Amino acid sequence: MTFWEDSRDPVLARTSESFPGPRLEQIWRTKPGLIGWLGSVDHKEIGRRYIATAFVFLILGGLEALVMRAQLAGPEERLLTPEQYDQLFTMHGVSMIFLYASPILSGFSNYLWPLLLGSRDMAFPRLNALSYWIYLAAGLFIYAGFVTGHAPNAGWFDYVPYAARAYDPGINIDVYALGLILLGMSTTVGAANLVVTFLRTRAPGMSINRVPILIWGTLTASVANLLVVPAVSLAFFLLWMDRQFGTHFFDAAQGQPLLWQHLFWMFGHPWVYAIVLPAMGMVSDGLPTFCRRPLVGYTLVALSTVGTMALGFGVWVHHMFATGLPSLSLSFFSGASLIITLPSAVAVFAWTATIWTGRPVITTAFLFFASMIVLFVVGGVSGFMTASAPVDWQLTDTYFVVAHIHYVLIGINVFPVCGAVYYWFPKITGRLLNERLGQWNFWTMFAGFNLGFFPMHLLGLMGMPRRVYTYPDGLGWDVNNLIVSLGSLLFAVGVLLLFVNVAVSLRRGAPAGPNPWDAPTLEWSVPSPPPEYNFAVIPIVASRHPLWEDALDEAPARSRLTEGLLLDRGRETVATTPLDGEPNLILEMPADSLAPLTLAIGLVAIFASLLFRQWVGVGGGILIVTLALLGWFWPLRVHADEPPPREVPEHG
Amino acid sequence: MAEATFAAPYALPVGARARNSTGWWGVLCLIATEGSLFAYLLFSYAYIAIERGARWLPDRHPSILLSGPNTLLLLLSSVAAWWGEGGVKRGQRRRLLAGLALAAALGVVFIIVQGFEWRSKPYGISSGSYGSLFFTITGFHMAHVIVGVAILTVVLAWSGMGYFHPRRHSPVSVAVIYWHFVDAVWLCVFTTFYLTPYLE
Repeated sequence: MTFWEDSRDPVLARTSESFPGPRLEQIWRTKPGLIGWLGSVDHKEIGRRYIATAFVFLILGGLEALVMRAQLAGPEERLLTPEQYDQLFTMHGVSMIFLYASPILSGFSNYLWPLLLGSRDMAFPRLNALSYWIYLAAGLFIYAGFVTGHAPNAGWFDYVPYAARAYDPGINIDVYALGLILLGMSTTVGAANLVVTFLRTRAPGMSINRVPILIWGTLTASVANLLVVPAVSLAFFLLWMDRQFGTHFFDAAQGQPLLWQHLFWMFGHPWVYAIVLPAMGMVSDGLPTFCRRPLVGYTLVALSTVGTMALGFGVWVHHMFATGLPSLSLSFFSGASLIITLPSAVAVFAWTATIWTGRPVITTAFLFFASMIVLFVVGGVSGFMTASAPVDWQLTDTYFVVAHIHYVLIGINVFPVCGAVYYWFPKITGRLLNERLGQWNFWTMFAGFNLGFFPMHLLGLMGMPRRVYTYPDGLGWDVNNLIVSLGSLLFAVGVLLLFVNVAVSLRRGAPAGPNPWDAPTLEWSVPSPPPEYNFAVIPIVASRHPLWEDALDEAPARSRLTEGLLLDRGRETVATTPLDGEPNLILEMPADSLAPLTLAIGLVAIFASLLFRQWVGVGGGILIVTLALLGWFWPLRVHADEPPPREVPEHG
Repeated sequence: MAEATFAAPYALPVGARARNSTGWWGVLCLIATEGSLFAYLLFSYAYIAIERGARWLPDRHPSILLSGPNTLLLLLSSVAAWWGEGGVKRGQRRRLLAGLALAAALGVVFIIVQGFEWRSKPYGISSGSYGSLFFTITGFHMAHVIVGVAILTVVLAWSGMGYFHPRRHSPVSVAVIYWHFVDAVWLCVFTTFYLTPYLE
């Protein structure tokens, strides 16, 4: 008969070399070997996998772009057929927006959140593993279509009637539809995990006004994902039904084609914020470290993060200004879109003021973070322009919009992410990236990006439509297109330098030590790379900058980092109250498990069978999923007929 | 090694508690996202209905002969689940088992009656956008009822095997709140398809 522990008086302990690290090491270690690797639920391992996989998709999407730019470098080229070009621009969008931009942020969040929050893992470690496996599966699913010549080919926003079966009879769109529903599951469970992690597993004392801005950014994005991902999953499901079972959701005769655009952009616009707000959070946390001062206007930046998203739910129609909607609707959504500049400007001014009033140390990470402000302003201004309906009528479906989306997504996602790589690589690997190569890396990317994407604004103003596979001679577009292609190539070389730097520094980088940047937040209080259990004792947080308290001396209270809650009777961490961060429970965390991988395999079986309408396969997949779920949730202990809980003797 | 009691001088409960468990917060997230899914489904219905105009409805006065009593059945099933959950909190295992069993059984009856309701319709899923919406939305709900009944059945079995305790029963609370959600969503679906046409 195993007894269970009902409650425990919390014990504070001081850490040393031999206590309690070795004991925790035993408890938290992932088993060696393939089974251990497949079953790992360590958030750091999952985060690393997310980051690596997302970068692979970035490379694939980048190569697709380069092929397109080779085709468009001059007029009347015939490198690609129209059908190939359709698949390429669609796969480029799908790869970058769905398989890179969001997962890369999930990767950093997975790796960093428990370390930033002073916890030992995410709230749902197995769900975390599931989220990764489904993401990987969805990426492979969509790319399986690509390598067999059946990639999605109606653009990443997949408008009907192009995407209807009558006009696109292959399985291309079905691959996209099912793949994206699968990916939506990954995003959703990941988002739920982050939300609950925020509400529940912050270190004692970390009230919501003390969490890093990265947490605010990712939290906001995650709440939004919970609310809007169902819209796109549903849209793709209904489209698949229309294509396979003759339903009438999107046909003009009986349904309404615009329903697709509504459902897609109700998701799509908040999604834009979901893939930039966490990256803006990286800047808000990283930039101050190199400016040697706290972020200016923490509260305003946190509120503007949430405010951007709140407004972001109500602007989706600005993607549909040219569809003939009533002018009242256009005015409302135009106004809402213009107002979004206000919270965005708050962040821009806060970052600028932080640099202005700080003493900047010009590292590569600083350059990436600071340049993002410039690119954000360019992308913001072109967004502000297209938020006005008459201007949008002139510019919609031209290269101006292509320029805008790339300034926003590369400027506010890729540049901060590169900064984050330079900033947190030492934490993740224990080694610093090479600064000299880093400067080359940054300046090549920055020059290549602006050379490659700024002229797109001009091409758009000259009337060059997006998504054309070639263009005739003599329209005055030739020079700009050549510059764009050369700039894109330079940008790609810049990105390549990042990977070269990573590859070289992994082996030869200078040892980092726990806090190479003298940064203020909790992740820098543990060794680099952090041990499996993250924190030997759970820290007790007294301020927003636990490692800068002596330097700032804002208040007499000090955080306790080497003396904290001792939790060493199993995989344990502490749960705290959602707002104030008061401890209210000791959480028993799950061990490594193969259930998440099994569940993901079952889901892939279901979706692959649906693609070919193999109902037996669907049944088999459902069986695997059911068994995996039963194994996952099976209770650990019989409670009913046992004696009342006894005191477990203290050790020590 | 220095030891001292924590600043907060209270003992911390260990492990999952009914509404102070990670699972509880997790199911609330699930409800938020699934609730959104149904909101988008019903939005699709409303949008197409408005775009298509009044003559689009196949039946201005849909019969609630089957669906009305079936709705009451589902509500009763929620009450049964709630009553059963009260049993586990008080350590009354029979009440827990009876409540969960009754809730699951009423769920099964709902599924059967809904099957008859589907068969009584003169239109199919591909005969027009109304039929597509009707069968897809009620189909989504039906799938949730089937999953809900399966969850209640599993939790019922675990209850019989003695896995729960007055202070350790978060799977019961999680299953029951999910079941309440499935029932609440039905009220929205029912109102949309069976009651709003009468407003014309």
